[in-house]
Amino acid sequence: MYEFDWSSILGALPILGHGMLVTLEITLTAIVVGIVWGTLLALARLSAIRPLAWLAAGYVNLFRAVPLVMVILWFYLIVPALLSDVLGVAQGSDIRMVSALVAFALFESAYYAEIIRAGVQSVPKGQVNAAYALGMPYSLTMRLVVLPQAFRNMLPLLLTQAIILFQDTSLVYVIGLADFFGAAYKVGDRDGRLVELVLFAGAVYFVLCFGASLLVRQLQKRFAT
Amino acid sequence: MSYSWNWAVFLSPTPSGDATYLGWLLQGLQWTLMLSLGAWVIAFLLGTLLGVLRTVPNRWLSRLAAAYVEAFRNVPLLVQLFTWYFVIPELLPRPWGDAIKQTDPLTQQFFAALLCLGCFTAARVCEQVRAGLGSLPRGQRAAGLALGLTLPQTYRYVLLPGALRLILPPLTSEFLNIFKNSAVASTIGLIELSRQSQQLVDYTAQAYEAFIAVTLMYVLINVAVMFGMRWLEHRTRIPGTIGGK
Repeated sequence: MYEFDWSSILGALPILGHGMLVTLEITLTAIVVGIVWGTLLALARLSAIRPLAWLAAGYVNLFRAVPLVMVILWFYLIVPALLSDVLGVAQGSDIRMVSALVAFALFESAYYAEIIRAGVQSVPKGQVNAAYALGMPYSLTMRLVVLPQAFRNMLPLLLTQAIILFQDTSLVYVIGLADFFGAAYKVGDRDGRLVELVLFAGAVYFVLCFGASLLVRQLQKRFAT
Repeated sequence: MSYSWNWAVFLSPTPSGDATYLGWLLQGLQWTLMLSLGAWVIAFLLGTLLGVLRTVPNRWLSRLAAAYVEAFRNVPLLVQLFTWYFVIPELLPRPWGDAIKQTDPLTQQFFAALLCLGCFTAARVCEQVRAGLGSLPRGQRAAGLALGLTLPQTYRYVLLPGALRLILPPLTSEFLNIFKNSAVASTIGLIELSRQSQQLVDYTAQAYEAFIAVTLMYVLINVAVMFGMRWLEHRTRIPGTIGGK
């Protein structure tokens, strides 16, 4: 039978903590950019201007058809080229974090756009008509009438997506970035204690995500009217 | 940009000389399809079983299924995959673990990924099946039992045929997800589609061509599945409903 030895985790806590910061940084960036850019995409997709709607639909469908692993690899390829050619940044600085941030932000926007589109569509049509009847232009109607109600309706879905996103950030492993799981894997590999470190990482993810999903459920109950 | 495009790279032979780079990609596609379809069989059977357990009157069975769902939904897929591949062979009794480690690496990678994806997706299928069973009118279960069917028979002949048709659209998106999630198997070295794209970059340095080709293959899989499922939805629609004949 396997003999567990958990001692290497204690010494590795600073590395793991730093990894968790990387994980949180990617998650939060992707949530913020994803919701802002996703809202614009959703509005574009619902817009009466056909070409705009098609472009947004193309963007969303393309990102949703491709595995996240491929998207991360794509941006790891494109971002350094863009940085050196367009912005003139010297190659060799740590590109991995930047490309991971860009990849997750753009990828998640496609998923957020779909949630937000459904949220906007769930707002009764009379609300829009009433706003127009009051003389509000499109931008004010969206900002003051439609979007506040839509976001309230879809808050649980947005938060659930954030939990999924938090788990998905572990895939930056494919470009060798030391997020929480990447750090755990490195420590486990170094000390020959992969079994303990993988189980530990799984337990930490479970506690955080399960806790968060319970909170979302509470919130859902409170918002349900 | 000073990138030199070379689409002919796919037809040039690989260093070992027995295949072209296109052959590598097709081989990767084959592994992706085998892995995803195999995992879907596990996910569908296990997920349906768990979904049924979630709705049976026995409280312990339904708690067991709920615990399964929470465990598999709240741990990242990558961590689950590493658990199947690195951790479980160590935790099994020594002779079993040694037997696993002596098999060919490709077999080990494939089966670890297969079980991982199957069990991961089963948790999602379970939730859909539960929702489908929950949305059926209550009278259906009562009617089945009143006709003298046993509880398993009621599920088999009355409840599941209705529920599974209702949840076909969400099941389609889970089916699409399994193809996308299969790319995670590249992290343990299984030479499926996305791993082959990285190999191609390493060997030929034609990164854009390789990535574009692989991305297109994933999009094609997506389109094919959507058409297939639309056909299935059409075939199985319930007569007498708004969507039916």
